[in-house]
Amino acid sequence: MTALLPRRGLAQLLALIVILAVDRVVSPQFFDLRLQDGRLFGSLIDVLNRGTPVALLSLGMVLVIATRGIDLSVGAIMAISGAIAASLADSHGLPVVLAAALGAGLVCGLWNGFLVAVLGMQPIVATLILMVAGRGIAQLITEGRIVTFSSPDLVWLGNGAVLGLPVPVAIALGMLILTAAVVRGSALGLLIEATGGNARASELAGIGTRAMILSVYVWCGVCAALAGVIAAADIMGADANNAGLWLELDAILAVVIGGTSLFGGRFSLVLAVLGALIIQTMNTGILLSGYPPEFNLLVKAVVVLAVLLLQSPKLTGFAGIAARLRRTKA
Amino acid sequence: MTLKALFAASATAALLLAPPANAAELTIGFSQIGSESGWRAAETSVSKQEATKRKVNLKIADAQQKQENQIKAIRSFIAQNVDAIFLAPVVSTGWDSVLKEAKEAKIPVVLLDRDIDPSGKELYLTAVTSDSVHEGAVAGDWLAKTVGTKACNIVELQGTVGASVAANRKKGFDTAIAKHANLKVVRSQTGDFTRAKGKEVMESFIKAEGGGKNICAVYAHNDDMMVGAIQAMKEAGLKPGKDILTVSIDAVPDIFKAMVAGEANATVELTPNMAGPAFDAVAAFKEKGTVPPKWIQTESRLLTAADDPQKEYDSKKGLGY
Repeated sequence: MTALLPRRGLAQLLALIVILAVDRVVSPQFFDLRLQDGRLFGSLIDVLNRGTPVALLSLGMVLVIATRGIDLSVGAIMAISGAIAASLADSHGLPVVLAAALGAGLVCGLWNGFLVAVLGMQPIVATLILMVAGRGIAQLITEGRIVTFSSPDLVWLGNGAVLGLPVPVAIALGMLILTAAVVRGSALGLLIEATGGNARASELAGIGTRAMILSVYVWCGVCAALAGVIAAADIMGADANNAGLWLELDAILAVVIGGTSLFGGRFSLVLAVLGALIIQTMNTGILLSGYPPEFNLLVKAVVVLAVLLLQSPKLTGFAGIAARLRRTKA
Repeated sequence: MTLKALFAASATAALLLAPPANAAELTIGFSQIGSESGWRAAETSVSKQEATKRKVNLKIADAQQKQENQIKAIRSFIAQNVDAIFLAPVVSTGWDSVLKEAKEAKIPVVLLDRDIDPSGKELYLTAVTSDSVHEGAVAGDWLAKTVGTKACNIVELQGTVGASVAANRKKGFDTAIAKHANLKVVRSQTGDFTRAKGKEVMESFIKAEGGGKNICAVYAHNDDMMVGAIQAMKEAGLKPGKDILTVSIDAVPDIFKAMVAGEANATVELTPNMAGPAFDAVAAFKEKGTVPPKWIQTESRLLTAADDPQKEYDSKKGLGY
């Protein structure tokens, strides 16, 4: 029976391949690639490029969820950092813009971490505060307008290319490697998993759970801020009303598709990012398919359900029992 | 700061230019929805300008997108015994009882920008709104006229699914181009009225239609989606405004910026000046007892690159869009 359970990552990889195959069917030119202004151009690149914000969010979110927390404020943090970046872009250099925007994300993460780790608030409530207030803060920064900018440095961050890859994709890849190196290259990942698995036992075993929880929220805030800067750079403007709207849910979904339990404990960075790519592969496929938009959400829900069922140990368990029954009958 | 300066300037201009007031100064309460969009902010600023021009004492209550706040504001206007109440209803139902209170107090109510349900009742004096079906038709007619007889594949960026504005703008456009067999909408997908989604959807349209070679025109239900779509076309090596025609609706400042750069062709204005006609209707009703029609339709102006986009941009950029 254990042999029938999907190996870690196999279900996600299978889901991605199936969705890619479906995309190829609805859109024959799906895998076509060409070079346009020194940048690769094609639907596959769109999937990577459009998937970047959720992939970045999921990098932070997966660590938060591993500690048995959740961060609902990432979409609002995107709006704040995007608003700050757009407001400063035309008057300051890129280092200042990035420092201010990422600094804001860091402060937001500290605030969430403080509420959860120090005051002991429930994560869903603690981060709900910033989810609501954050968008208001972003609107205050932009005065309710869409703040546009023309600074070539910041525009490059959204639309430029590194070795043919869009800059956002390169940044996301870099962040994945950096996060994996820090978390998995040391005992940090294990300590985070322990904190999520059983905070009290971990505390007694000498793990600084408070510091662990605080630091994952800070990292989540920084990742969200980076996603916000990229989203603003992409459209050369900060749209406080819509930037990152509902993306916290996509990020949570990506983490869950990646097989990390909402009850904390074991987590996988790579699979969370793969989850984000699965979501975007599906979104891009829907856009290419030419179906009326009224079907978008329905198709999305059915695909997500199928992907999650594919990973369900119960269901694969049933399949195993059915197979055994058939064998005994024969 | 600049806004304040603008108001001050328009106030002085109004003082110098306005004819001597022949009626007692009107006091009008305006229950505004809140700051839901740039257009809404512009509507508020234009209302203030129009009030100053007419020497109307305008009291604006910001409802922060909540109906209960609007009802509270209307009750407080009734208590202050204002001369008229303007209401930009956040939702279409649930206004009967508070509007009856206004009617009993003999205070006329004018609806701005949106109608209520059931429409056309005796509960309000008139509704000043734009006809979004007509806006779509103006866009469609412009495209049909510009394209002429050659075959034209159109891609459409719809507004949010389920929004009545999106459905109406689609309907008006479809009806207008139905008369021309050479015009065909080949792809239609929602861009949620936002720049980011407009760009993403346009990217997929370009891929699906032979790198954009099969697309002759883009129609977007609002300018913001078009601004995103223009970026997508440029990144794909296409020339928006030349290779692919663009027509959208709203007339926000940034679309004029694109027009100046030759990257956008036409937009249909959703005027932020709903209060001007409303002030005139109330003044006529108060002075001469003229009852206005139940619906005052605002003009849906077509603005193209030939209509001095730079001037339009300059006149709109300070309004809070």
